[in-house]
Amino acid sequence: MVTPGKKVKTFTIDGKDVSGTEDQTVIEVCRENNIEIPTLCHLDGLTEVGACRLCLVEIKGSNKLLPACVTKVAEGMEVLTASDRLKNYRIKILELFFSERNHICSVCVSNGICELQNLGQKLGMTHVHYPYLFPKVNVDASHERFVLDHNRCILCTRCVRVCDEIEGAHTWDIMGRGIESMVITDLNKPWGDSDSCTSCGKCIAVCPTGALVEKYKNAVDKTSKYKKDKLKFLPYLTTMREVKNEQS
Amino acid sequence: MSKVSEDIINNKADDNTTSAKVKAATVWLDGCSGCHMSFLDMDERIIELLQKVDLCYSPLVDHKDFPDMVDLTLVEGAVSSHEDLEKIKKVREHTKILVSLGDCAVTANVPSMRNPFGVKAIMNHAYVETAVTKDIIPNEVVPELFEYSRPVHNFVKVDLFLQGCPPPADAIYFLLTELLEGRMPDLTKVSRLGK
Amino acid sequence: MIIEELIEYAEKLNLREKKGKHEIKVCSAAGCLSLKSEAVTEELRKKIAELGLEEECSIKPVGCLGLCSKGPLVTIDKDNKVYQEVKAEQASEIIEKLKIEPEKESDHFFTRQQKIVLENSGQVDPEKIQDYILRDGYKALHEVLELTPQEVIDEITLSGLRGRGGAGYPTGLKWSTVAKTGKVKKYVICNADEGDPGAFMDRSVLEGDPHRVLEGMAIAAYAVGADEGYIYCRAEYPLAIKRLKNAIKQAERAGVMGKNIFGTTFTFTVDLRIGAGAFVCGEETALIASIEGKRGQPRPRPPYPAEVGLWGSPTLINNVETYANIAPIIRNGGEWYSAIGTEKSKGTKVFALAGKIQNTGLIEVPMGISLREVIFDIGGGIPDGKKFKAVQTGGPSGGCIPEQFLDNPIDYESLSKLGSIMGSGGMIIMDETSCMVDVAKYFLDFTKDESCGKCVPCRVGTVQLYNILDRISKGEGTMEDLYELEDLCDLVKNTSLCGLGQAAPNPVLSTLQYFRDEYVAHIIDKKCPAGVCKIHEHAGKKKSEVME
Repeated sequence: MVTPGKKVKTFTIDGKDVSGTEDQTVIEVCRENNIEIPTLCHLDGLTEVGACRLCLVEIKGSNKLLPACVTKVAEGMEVLTASDRLKNYRIKILELFFSERNHICSVCVSNGICELQNLGQKLGMTHVHYPYLFPKVNVDASHERFVLDHNRCILCTRCVRVCDEIEGAHTWDIMGRGIESMVITDLNKPWGDSDSCTSCGKCIAVCPTGALVEKYKNAVDKTSKYKKDKLKFLPYLTTMREVKNEQS
Repeated sequence: MSKVSEDIINNKADDNTTSAKVKAATVWLDGCSGCHMSFLDMDERIIELLQKVDLCYSPLVDHKDFPDMVDLTLVEGAVSSHEDLEKIKKVREHTKILVSLGDCAVTANVPSMRNPFGVKAIMNHAYVETAVTKDIIPNEVVPELFEYSRPVHNFVKVDLFLQGCPPPADAIYFLLTELLEGRMPDLTKVSRLGK
Repeated sequence: MIIEELIEYAEKLNLREKKGKHEIKVCSAAGCLSLKSEAVTEELRKKIAELGLEEECSIKPVGCLGLCSKGPLVTIDKDNKVYQEVKAEQASEIIEKLKIEPEKESDHFFTRQQKIVLENSGQVDPEKIQDYILRDGYKALHEVLELTPQEVIDEITLSGLRGRGGAGYPTGLKWSTVAKTGKVKKYVICNADEGDPGAFMDRSVLEGDPHRVLEGMAIAAYAVGADEGYIYCRAEYPLAIKRLKNAIKQAERAGVMGKNIFGTTFTFTVDLRIGAGAFVCGEETALIASIEGKRGQPRPRPPYPAEVGLWGSPTLINNVETYANIAPIIRNGGEWYSAIGTEKSKGTKVFALAGKIQNTGLIEVPMGISLREVIFDIGGGIPDGKKFKAVQTGGPSGGCIPEQFLDNPIDYESLSKLGSIMGSGGMIIMDETSCMVDVAKYFLDFTKDESCGKCVPCRVGTVQLYNILDRISKGEGTMEDLYELEDLCDLVKNTSLCGLGQAAPNPVLSTLQYFRDEYVAHIIDKKCPAGVCKIHEHAGKKKSEVME
């Protein structure tokens, strides 16, 4: 949305003329113009980390691929979002995600509403040609209402960010590095023993896969109040906060 | 890829004198046979297909040996043992188009759930810790398991992947009719992982 | 305060110690210390006392003398010769040398070098500020305070100095970018998180001449308008940390650091931050996150730290060696500096020679010198009559350069043309007994362990790359694996978030480019030509065949 007082930039995305304000990112303008860009770590209302690398776009004149979620628009820039090169990279990145942990869709509670699975479908990933790594990772079911299954985690850190930035609890964080990285609660305490967790369920709602789910409920189950409208509630919170800031 | 589909068309033309039918086979490795059930779920369409297809080898028919050369083989299940591996290698050598049918063949799916734990641990769990009769790990007749269950394409070249657990009957029908028409089907639109 | 007062202060400090006519300098850098140079110092001291020669000679512990493989090193001012592999028993022998007329030095290792960054290394006692001041120390800072910040930046731009951390970004340009951000809180950071395997340039500078880095930082702070600085040093360098702490304290006491430097309104304080063992923290955005107390992970750039850096403020971040070049450039002028080196790569570069080379150690040479001169003339060639195979520059982000390019000049552009990079200055020399598949595997093992895990191409891609290399090295690879290696390298290189991932494939790509035959030998012949990889004799065969 163009806001008064902000400089407007005009440029092209996939040859289409578009405009945006100077503080907008490429992905925002793409969404306004119904240009689909795949992403797993970006979520409206949370800070950007640029980690999943699925939203990489080509910008004419730059030999580097840039993540659309953090790249600010500029006058006259020519953005390509769906070149063959990008499509090829995206499928391979998805394959790397699938090869990393034990994503067994058929037995996953998020089967059918999983963003990773959906992207695989949408981007035309027929199979994972990289060898699966089959790591032995745990399931933390110590929380009264929720389950963390590391087998499905893609380390997008949406849970970490929503807990810190929206709920303000900062229960989640990342431990270890490289392929050993893990999301943890508190200082790697079992989730059920966490002192900081407020059991608000925001992490469940934002998780793109079946890594964070509500107990005894299939995620597609209509009785689950989570995993629905995840793209709506965060912007709502952000807007409310901005309104409050303006008033004070 | 298009080369393979041409083969089918050519095959049809070549074999005019003997049999105009496309030779097909299905094999079952480490899987639950659900994909074969889904195949049967094509119901009366199978009869229609059999006008054009000769099912030479399958758990569903009574042939003991894999034929010399078939045009098409659908393979269900992951590769989990030497027996599976020998079988799939032989199939590959005697097949023009090899299709991974269903998630176990495509991703190793449920059979792979044992992988993080190791063969020893799961055998022990299945035959000793939870044994109700005698606690012996079977070592005769049954093939020895590989350390990991892996998808078929990790061992042999696979030409087409039909995802799904199991792939819907409609998707299998689409796959077969497209191939019979000499087209390489885009299967990402008719089926998906896990469903 | 004027510079004369500072020198007076230094001389006063100097007088407190007894000085002889001659000075015996004993290397006290980490390399020589670990070879027990302290025992040599002790013995020398004892002998001098025994002979009653305190008036004649004194002993001075100094920073790195360069030839680390031949330590402990001792040098005497009389003949300026570096005595190598000195044992404590030789103490009296060395004292004797002070009495006879010197011979002329002719060792290529020393004569072929040109020292700017290391000019004080091996000359000053790194724990004494007076030594540094008496060798023109802090003179440049004093001069700078009489210039405008723009004039300082102009001088650095004129010098043509480029970042010595590896990427070679023009230093003057970086400074002016930070300077242009207006009157806001700004920081300067010194990146001393040297982590490349086989690299120890920054370590030696910090251990041997810490004040030089502080002076460079202060000049930079003045030029860009910052008043606070951080040195981010890896915890694995305890001696460097100790000497830096000491140097900061001394500089504050001498009035060249802290409030109202040289009596002007310019204020600059420096603080030390210690790394926690993550290689990725050498990446500037990860380093900044680490200083802020966050998990040391890189973030996408832009915005660059020059705009949004430490705590959101514009931040200048340079490497140790870059800062070490600043004072001499100011003292001698940018023009002087730009006369050294090649057209696009000015000045000198410090290299750490390691691996299969005679003279393991630290050298400083003008840019544009050939690899051959560095390895064979200065480095003394390959030991034991073995044949040279390749030189690895730039650490895990660099590549391997084979023999046919030995006469290429060392500069930023020509190294990157060869598929490697200048990097921070590590040079690992390999001979015929090195297997290039094994080398690539070694570096991928390193990068996969050091990947921060934030972005998927680096986190998983490096592991998949390593697994393929491991398979090949065991004789279990296929020719398709070579294609997959190249394809995956391309993916990781182009889609990773930060420099670590983007450069991680370089060792694989360069060895594939120049030593493809070695990969093929592992795959087809099931043999490791260098005899390094252990290939099982039944590799690649079916189990049934093996049983037969």
